[in-house]
Amino acid sequence: MDPLSWGAIFARMAVQFTPVWIALVVLFAVSIMFKRRLGLYGKLFDSTIGMIGFGLVMFWVFTALFASMIMTFPPLEQIPVMKNKVPGWPVTGADEGAYDFYLLGGDALARDVFSRMVAGSQIVITIAPAATMFAFMVGIVLGLPAGYFGGTFDTVLSFLSNLILAFPVILLFFLLVTPEIIETGMPNYMAMVLFVFPVLFLCVLIYSRFRTRPEVFNIAFPVIMIASVWLYLSLVSEVGTKVQLLPGFLDLFDVPGEILVVFVSVVFVNSPTVFRIVRGLTLDIQTRDYVAAAQTRGEGSWYIMLWEILPNARGPLIVDFCLRIGYATILLGTLGFFGLGLPPESPDWGTTINAGRRLLSAFPHPAVVPALALISLVLGLNLLADGLREESLRD
Amino acid sequence: MGMFILRRAGVMLLTAICLTFIVFFMTNLYPNLEKLAKTQGNFRMTEEEVARWLEPRGYTQPTLYKYAEWLGVKPGYRGESADGRPLGRCVRPGQDEGSIPNYCGILQGDWGYSTQFKEPVSDIVWKRLALTGKLMFWVMLLMVPGALIVGVLAGMREGSVTDRTLSTGAIVTTATPEYVSGVIFIAVFASSAVGLRWFKGSATSAMENITFENFFLPVITIALYGLGYVARMTRASMAEVMTAQYIRTARLKGVSFGNIVMKHALRNALIAPFTVIMLQFPWLLNGVVIVETLFNYKGFGWLLVQAAGNNDIDMLLACSVVAVVVVLVTQLISDIGYVFLNPRIRVS
Repeated sequence: MDPLSWGAIFARMAVQFTPVWIALVVLFAVSIMFKRRLGLYGKLFDSTIGMIGFGLVMFWVFTALFASMIMTFPPLEQIPVMKNKVPGWPVTGADEGAYDFYLLGGDALARDVFSRMVAGSQIVITIAPAATMFAFMVGIVLGLPAGYFGGTFDTVLSFLSNLILAFPVILLFFLLVTPEIIETGMPNYMAMVLFVFPVLFLCVLIYSRFRTRPEVFNIAFPVIMIASVWLYLSLVSEVGTKVQLLPGFLDLFDVPGEILVVFVSVVFVNSPTVFRIVRGLTLDIQTRDYVAAAQTRGEGSWYIMLWEILPNARGPLIVDFCLRIGYATILLGTLGFFGLGLPPESPDWGTTINAGRRLLSAFPHPAVVPALALISLVLGLNLLADGLREESLRD
Repeated sequence: MGMFILRRAGVMLLTAICLTFIVFFMTNLYPNLEKLAKTQGNFRMTEEEVARWLEPRGYTQPTLYKYAEWLGVKPGYRGESADGRPLGRCVRPGQDEGSIPNYCGILQGDWGYSTQFKEPVSDIVWKRLALTGKLMFWVMLLMVPGALIVGVLAGMREGSVTDRTLSTGAIVTTATPEYVSGVIFIAVFASSAVGLRWFKGSATSAMENITFENFFLPVITIALYGLGYVARMTRASMAEVMTAQYIRTARLKGVSFGNIVMKHALRNALIAPFTVIMLQFPWLLNGVVIVETLFNYKGFGWLLVQAAGNNDIDMLLACSVVAVVVVLVTQLISDIGYVFLNPRIRVS
């Protein structure tokens, strides 16, 4: 068989992505049809930039979701003759029934670049938004009281956040994300501290809203409390490491040490910035009349913070959330690029770029493909944030 | 103003002490010391041999003691090797016993001895910093005017085609981290696969002799990432100034558009980007580490990677001090400069 031309490669890739196209068309059709009833999300479909960004982001989300249908080969499968082959090279020496081509060529270890890119999207799409979410929880839970109460609490936290911000990110990664540090159990301890905040957030959220309505409170609060604490404990505790709080049979899932340290360090780097944003917004919003009204009504401080201030700060926070997922993606890539954290055979984009750069001047495709994938996702998130900002400023 | 700078200097010092202590603590965790012992001795050392290597060199003391020694407020540890040679913090290879100083911390101007490069830390750091300085000079020369021109052009007529195009371009560059743009530039302009071969994919030769061919790619890679961000800030600030009352007055007087932009708008529009440019310095450090690794240019970033990879404690501490000082000094300059540029604000 002859190698494919570029036109044929793109045609075949488009065919592989069929489930993604279908999902995108359905999502866009439904969203545009009901856009007047969907609030800020619906307004996004009034701006071209926002729609392009949203499309790019959802493309990768669906790719991650349908990865097993899109991949033409398992991401770790090696077919020795395919080493460093250019895109569109016909596969020889594979098992019966395998796909006919390496659509985007083979890398230095003779694996399919296309399939690895698709598999990499799964890692990025799971870690980056989750880490950003945790960073937001930390930033919100600490930033709201720092801005609202001020005083020593604020001074200390602001100093700490400036301290972390003054720390060069790369140096922090090199110090924190090493096998030696994993051995000391430090990421687990940091996880213990950082992951408390979502639990705290949920509990205070429910408590401050429903404590005056015992019929809801007495049922909802214990249920949510137990569920979130259990989730927290199974996330933090690992069988066989220094932090083992739960016996094995109660531990719902295990996060491998390498993933946990990557996750923790991304959360750690991002949360001070979120803290500063939330604190600034709180300082601004707490001078408004509706906050004074709530204070006069005699509402508790946490009620005012979580149910009066936070919803009114949502616009800038949502925009920053999108930007920050992009930044987390870049950070993940940076970690991969320096070979920190994730194992070297992991298909995530940063690690793949790092593996591909050694032979860059002779065989650029193994590094360029994940690089383009990473740009398109981050660009999509930036455009989405831009669109959201424009639309949220409009009203 | 004097009080303000003094207070800032105090906070800076406190921050620097906290940060170096964190670095110190993390590099002195036992598994890291074990790694150090194994890279310095040999990789097949047993547990006891590791302990025997660490103990006479003073690595097994409490972290606070070691930190005080590094600062130079406590006499350096003295130990003896099995054959009676002196060992310890202040001991340098090939030094005779009488000339070993009691104190050897940063207060005495001694930044320690690199276990990786077998040279005093300060010599290496200065040499590498000079190389990175050259890189940064060209980056700034390209980035600052480029970003300001793009930002002003985009911001002076908000919503025009020029604005849309330039803003989209700026978003694209901010979405492209250095390791991605660097890889793409090398693939397009320096690989045999595409065949352009305009530039070199490695900047190693630029350490002695900078040419356009070997230095353009690393410089543009760092500059582009910051360029988009600064340009967007400039655009926002320019767009805001262009809607101000005095610009309308000037326009109604019949001042030409070029004159409005150059004489009335520009100076006021450049206040905000100044702060942003100063605050970009710390971010550039990330870019420097990535680009120096990618292009194999042995400057400060490369040094940091080497020091971290080999747990070269003194070197890592020196690097973090440099990085922290850069961050804090740029913050201070941006605060003070902001006051000078904007007479409406007074430091209280």
